[in-house]
Amino acid sequence: MTAASRQDAAVARTGIATSALVPSANAGSPEETRGGSAVRGMSAPAAANGPTRGAPRSLLDIEGLGRDGIVEVLRLAESFAEVARRPIPKVPALRGRTVVSLFFEDSTRTRLSFETAAKRLSADVMSFQASASSIKKGESLRDTALTIQAMGVDAIVVRHPSAGAPARVASWVDVPVVNAGDGWHAHPTQALADCFALCGALGRPLDGGAEMLAGIKAVIVGDIRHSRVARSVTQAFSLLGAAVTLAAPRSLLPPAPETWPVAEVSHDLDDALRGADVVYVLRLQAERGAGAYVPSLREYSARYGITAARASSLAPEVRIMHPGPMVRGVEISSEAADLDRCLVDDQVRAGIAVRMAVLFLLLSSGDGASGAELGGHD
Amino acid sequence: MAERERRLTPPGRGVFVPRAEVMSAEDVRRVLTRIAHEIVERNHGLDNLVLVGLQTGGEPFARHLCALLEEIGGVAVPLGTLDVAFYRDDIGLRPVLPQAPTTIPGDLSGAVVILVDDVLFTGRTIRAALNALADFGRPRAVQLAVIVDRGHREVPIRPDYVGKNLPTSRNEMVDATVSGVVLGNMVAR
Repeated sequence: MTAASRQDAAVARTGIATSALVPSANAGSPEETRGGSAVRGMSAPAAANGPTRGAPRSLLDIEGLGRDGIVEVLRLAESFAEVARRPIPKVPALRGRTVVSLFFEDSTRTRLSFETAAKRLSADVMSFQASASSIKKGESLRDTALTIQAMGVDAIVVRHPSAGAPARVASWVDVPVVNAGDGWHAHPTQALADCFALCGALGRPLDGGAEMLAGIKAVIVGDIRHSRVARSVTQAFSLLGAAVTLAAPRSLLPPAPETWPVAEVSHDLDDALRGADVVYVLRLQAERGAGAYVPSLREYSARYGITAARASSLAPEVRIMHPGPMVRGVEISSEAADLDRCLVDDQVRAGIAVRMAVLFLLLSSGDGASGAELGGHD
Repeated sequence: MAERERRLTPPGRGVFVPRAEVMSAEDVRRVLTRIAHEIVERNHGLDNLVLVGLQTGGEPFARHLCALLEEIGGVAVPLGTLDVAFYRDDIGLRPVLPQAPTTIPGDLSGAVVILVDDVLFTGRTIRAALNALADFGRPRAVQLAVIVDRGHREVPIRPDYVGKNLPTSRNEMVDATVSGVVLGNMVAR
């Protein structure tokens, strides 16, 4: 008997249609009906052959997560956003687990956000910064990762200036790895937070029934070439149904923008902003040498910045987003950054909820139903 | 057997085969009416009461009780819902995901909270619910109303209001909804 016919039996018995609660109509295989489908969506290196029991699942990029995985994370994040509004914004879900943040690159908001998320789940947090570690003495990434694993951690959050480093770490260790930004490659939790914040601001329900950002035109403007956030956000927005436009000078576009899942590539911001519902502003990444790609900051700001004049010419319902840190006066003016429809604070709040959801999904899944006793939990 | 159990019961482990209807929809309605009167009697009115339905099985019963209490007492009792997924003690043993929203009406400090659930079995859900409530304030008292008490407690939890005491064996399943209570078994495929 398939899962679908089991549901039919339930409907027949109670007279209440429960089929709407079934995750998917083709929930045939045991793997798919274990409840944690986002965990399934997250990449499991050992999943290719046979059962995934005991295999660590990791969140490395948006592609590995897929649309269903995004929806699962966002739905769970809604529960955690509710937790954040409680008098005591903390739940004991991951008591006794240890999450380590392994940061080889400067970061304040992402590290604080991950650590806050872990603490609100009652997990213990260890913090590692390359600048204050044995990396300085010449220890390799692999040895550092294995040393940290040997200390008995349950998940590793990795940020690294080189693309692919979190995936390498995931291949060496037996615990889940979360990519907190690697080089120009990906920053999946930022993209998930932005989807959550945008759906909230637009009043789009997170039920996953329809594509949540369908009919939305999103303009991503700025230093797309050097931005892992742009890569992840573009993928996530388009997977959820939004039409994405990239707007940047030629020098700040990636080598092959036509291979990205975008509707349009533009070199004229004002033209791109016509009919936009949200404009996503990226920082000019001076530390990755982006300053050399534009003639001058003043010219860049005038042509591609969200100036006060440009912000006031936008329709009042157009949302402005920025992953932070903002450099006021360059890519966004102070007036625009302080507008109510600038969602920066919402994005930060969403970041905590989404990272709680990711950590919970990766750490709570156990090995499916193996330890469960049927009916033994009412 | 709430929706949670329905969804999380792996199909590989069997299917629910109903064996006997223990209570009809009419029986359930009468039981809810009695429990509503017992709540008013025991608390000398409806002052400071807050109803909290456990997601997902208890929530419809809490909604019905709320309507009945308003009929009897003439005042609207605040109604909340609680999903205890993050407080369970079996996280990591099996997939535990919240199924429905938690909405607690305001600070619970000083209130008399009546938890409402469909089936009381091991008591572990209620144990988790008590921990969860503590994060919303310090209720003056917490009382427990269940439609079916089927025994087999694993923690020292007892109900204050019981619709029906139903002796069961551990491997039976009880499915309680507002349209009736059905006793059945999980049968291997």
